[in-house]
Amino acid sequence: MTLLPTPSQTAGPFLSIGLRWNDGPYVVPPGTAGAVWLRGRVLDSAGDPVTDALVETWQAGPDGRFASREETGNFRGFGRSETLEGEYAVLTLKPAGVPDAEGRPQAPHVAVSIFARGLLDRVISRLYFADEQEANAADPLLNSLPDDAARATLLARPSRDGYRLNLVLQGSDETVFFSV
Amino acid sequence: MSETHPALLSPDYLSTRTRAPLRDPLPVQPGMTELTGPLLGQGRVGVHDADLTRWAGGEAIGQRIVVSGRVLDQDGRPVRDSLVELWQANAAGRYRHTQDRWPAPLDPHFSGQGRTMTDNDGMYTFLTVRPGAYPWRNHDNAWRPAHIHFSLFGVAFVQRLVTQMYFPEDPLLALDPIYQAVPAAARERLVSHYDHQATQPEWALAYRFDIVLRGVAATPFEDEGEHDGG
Ligand SMILES: [Fe+3]
Repeated sequence: MTLLPTPSQTAGPFLSIGLRWNDGPYVVPPGTAGAVWLRGRVLDSAGDPVTDALVETWQAGPDGRFASREETGNFRGFGRSETLEGEYAVLTLKPAGVPDAEGRPQAPHVAVSIFARGLLDRVISRLYFADEQEANAADPLLNSLPDDAARATLLARPSRDGYRLNLVLQGSDETVFFSV
Repeated sequence: MSETHPALLSPDYLSTRTRAPLRDPLPVQPGMTELTGPLLGQGRVGVHDADLTRWAGGEAIGQRIVVSGRVLDQDGRPVRDSLVELWQANAAGRYRHTQDRWPAPLDPHFSGQGRTMTDNDGMYTFLTVRPGAYPWRNHDNAWRPAHIHFSLFGVAFVQRLVTQMYFPEDPLLALDPIYQAVPAAARERLVSHYDHQATQPEWALAYRFDIVLRGVAATPFEDEGEHDGG
């Protein structure tokens, strides 16, 4: 049986009514040893910050495993941040690399979804870590991108308290988005 | 372009012009990262969270409605124990949000926010009030048809869906660029049905809204591909 999927619609400007969680940004609880903040702006075609977006993240833990209901622990794997000041912020642990669909090793990465007014469907990207040069150089997805400029849109740079990566919805430095 | 999802760049919806990516998304074969997902649970849902008609010690104004449906994946399997989040305007079409400046009355007993978990059959049920239509500034005399925003997780990253449920026979649907951005053949999947069986005598009208999430098998589905195509 193949049922037809329900279409997507925009989350609209008031998504915070339904989607705000006080603990949204905390993939791990505050104070967790080794935790890093992933931060960055969501930008539109004019380079203006988008202040009504929602950024969600999903990733493996440092042991390469994904959180499940059975092993609740302190690692949720999932983060959710609004961009009220134009910036998202998620506190997490750097993941281990996990294999891709064909079993090839991948560099550590975080899956990213963006929802906002003006986005009729979520857009999907990945955040990689710029200081993982060796793993990044061998990553099949990064290697499938056309050039370094495209790769650079996915590479979060080390910052004061973690990593920074801007997500550019539209423009010459547009983030590389994926369909899965 | 896909058979199901709206094109990200749908210029009649003005906000897409500056926010929709213009490059085609690169297809990725879903692996571990995409075939797993957060299993968010009971801890996020309070006992009264599926009843939006009683908030802050009183009763919401408006036509009481039951909104329920089944969440299935494309293979027809129920999506069990999965978080459903919902938000909407009140009966007058006003959102409880600082950025909603439309001067329709706020209802002191309506927050417009609900949460529940699907049961073992994938069923969810909310009790709420029918939202009002509201004006927006997209074009001259623009009104959003009455709608309820839904957020679903399924069991995998690829299944994540945020959408809107509409009401049958609403004349505003034909004029709404957000609804019209959906391919014609798929639009009616966003329209709920009046459900007389579930209507509660002398209490509440019922609407049925079934939701189908993408399949999670690692093999590609027909509907997949450039589903976000600009
Ligand atoms: Fe709305």
